[in-house]
Amino acid sequence: MNALKSLFAIALIAVMTAGAPVKPGYEVGDSAMDFKLKNYDGKMVSMADYKEAKGYIVIFNCNTCPYSKAYDSRIIALNKKYASKGFPVITINPNDPGLSPGDSFDEMKSQAKRNKYDFPYLVDETQDVARTYGATNTPHVYVLDKVSESNLKVVYIGAIDDNSRNADAVTKRYVEDAVDALMQSKSVPTTKTKAIGCTIKWKNS
Amino acid sequence: MKALIITFALAVGMSALHAQPADKIKIEDLQKMVGGSAGKIQVLNFWATWCAPCIKELPLFEQLNATRKDIEVSLISIDLDLDPNPDKIYRFIDRKKLKSTVYILDERDPNTWIDKIDKSWSGAIPATLVVNLENGKRRFVEKELKEGDLEEIINSVK
Repeated sequence: MNALKSLFAIALIAVMTAGAPVKPGYEVGDSAMDFKLKNYDGKMVSMADYKEAKGYIVIFNCNTCPYSKAYDSRIIALNKKYASKGFPVITINPNDPGLSPGDSFDEMKSQAKRNKYDFPYLVDETQDVARTYGATNTPHVYVLDKVSESNLKVVYIGAIDDNSRNADAVTKRYVEDAVDALMQSKSVPTTKTKAIGCTIKWKNS
Repeated sequence: MKALIITFALAVGMSALHAQPADKIKIEDLQKMVGGSAGKIQVLNFWATWCAPCIKELPLFEQLNATRKDIEVSLISIDLDLDPNPDKIYRFIDRKKLKSTVYILDERDPNTWIDKIDKSWSGAIPATLVVNLENGKRRFVEKELKEGDLEEIINSVK
């Protein structure tokens, strides 16, 4: 069954990347694909590994972007607040280390250890996951609602909050609001936002 | 001695003047720049001092600014979104000896203004907007430009 699922995921990637428009990606309401990516500790991680999860906070992120640095402690706090409530944070680095050497696997390892990440920091080596999701910036968040094992519904896409430079001056906590709404079975108040950010460093095609 | 003091005062005064080579600007000002119906072709490049691909493509805009009198190049720094202190921008302009007009976008909460530049913009930089005021044609690109790209974009709004 699992093999069948992976096969399906691979086929889906193939369909979505072959001849697809430049920026396909998910919209709110779409069902997101699971992935199997290498964590900074060498272990492979999938969302399906989290049997008890009710949803996921998937964040495309990296080491080098000043926005990622500005949000690092806020991302750590998100996991502390929501992992125990069934919404773990999973971060994924899609940047090509050839173009951005500071985002290499070794640098990811150092960063995760230095900042004591208690959530996965995965490497998206082929960039297929970022491309399939439609991520463009770092950090770029996808909040997923686990409707069923096979339906991870996208309920929010965008920024963590409305103030990158000052966590104390934030007035809208988009990701927290989305997860809080899911926990209370309410509709997500803001489903899509934009933010200034570093573009994902795509491999030269 | 007096002459020395005057020279010193002059030097300080001039360097103070020199230290602010970029005006702050609001989103409404930007909209006005690209909202007219007559004037030069407007090229707005969104960049920041921390953005490596932006800095890599800056010479293309500088060259355009130096060679094309029918085009108005504006370099819009979005550094303030992350850092309230504009000194880094001033130093950067000085160091790179930028000749194009630099503006510092003074806006909070990008979610309220990104769509006003272009609905297709994710907010990642570099990004460039080219508007031909004479015929209303516009092109928006969200990527690092290479040699020749700018000319192609400008020709496409002719």
